[in-house]
Amino acid sequence: MLVSLYRYNPETDNAPYMQDVELDIPEGKDLMVLDVLNLVKEQDPSMAYRRSCREGVCGSDGMNMNGKNGLACITPLSEVLKNNKLVVRPLPGLPVIRDLVVDMSLFYKQYEKVMPYLVNDNPAPAIERYQSPEDREKLDGLYECILCACCSTACPSFWWNPDKFVGPAGLLQAYRFLADSRDTAQEERLANLDDPFSVFRCRGIMNCVSVCPKGLNPTRAIGHIRNLLLQRAT
Amino acid sequence: MVNSVTNLGRSGVFDWMIQRVTAYVLALYTVFLFGFILTTDVTYDSWSALFDQTWFRIFTLLALLSIGAHAWVGLWTVTTDYIKATLPRFLVQALCGLAMFVYLVWGIQILWGL
Repeated sequence: MLVSLYRYNPETDNAPYMQDVELDIPEGKDLMVLDVLNLVKEQDPSMAYRRSCREGVCGSDGMNMNGKNGLACITPLSEVLKNNKLVVRPLPGLPVIRDLVVDMSLFYKQYEKVMPYLVNDNPAPAIERYQSPEDREKLDGLYECILCACCSTACPSFWWNPDKFVGPAGLLQAYRFLADSRDTAQEERLANLDDPFSVFRCRGIMNCVSVCPKGLNPTRAIGHIRNLLLQRAT
Repeated sequence: MVNSVTNLGRSGVFDWMIQRVTAYVLALYTVFLFGFILTTDVTYDSWSALFDQTWFRIFTLLALLSIGAHAWVGLWTVTTDYIKATLPRFLVQALCGLAMFVYLVWGIQILWGL
């Protein structure tokens, strides 16, 4: 099997380049892309990529495999392989630090903007803030995000305006707190989003939905935010 | 909150709503014109009789205003996506704004000059 890897080491390379590696994959085994990268790293220890839990929980190994973003640890080769070839690139649109490692500062900056924490001005009760099962259900499909950045880096609106458009990952979290019955800062949250860039740069092309390794739907969450903004303004 | 002074409505919701409402007006106008062309024998007389009526002039003016606002929101989005340097972006936006204004005045002149 041929693996084509994006390589760039700013200390030694003038420009990024693609490195082709020929690999022998054990017969009858469907490896994950991360396993393939580990095999490459055995041959060439200078290869750099992020990984941690290797089971789709930590969100470290988001990358672009044969043109589609995903988590290398839970993407089987059989799913992405084309003509027995695998092309691995870093997540698109973010500055590359080295090889497959990208600088996620802008992504986190947008995440920080949406105040991804519960705000409640009322005095804390003795035990905990109660929430009905129905209200808790509203957070399903929102809280599961692991911030792997696969969605935001698959979004052209985020590519063109990563400093102004919050991006699908940030907006999914924005709605996660807008929808939380225990949160009291809805007005402040909406006021922060009511500009032509933060939410409305989304053109609804749903790349985010197509790549999300957790099967979440940021486009739907963005639609809900848009409705809330509309209700607030009219 | 991202500040912007060149977009039409100053707010994201307002721009979004303008684009939707104007889209409905333009769709309605287009459907009406197609309907007219398909159901009427289009001659100079029937065409000028249509444009002689005040309600149709108002409808046409509304469509002209709508296309101006719709195009402004759309082109503003395109220019802020693709033209990163401020001066060229502002110049292109100014050019688009000027073109829309010219078309509007010109359209009014044609509508009431017939």
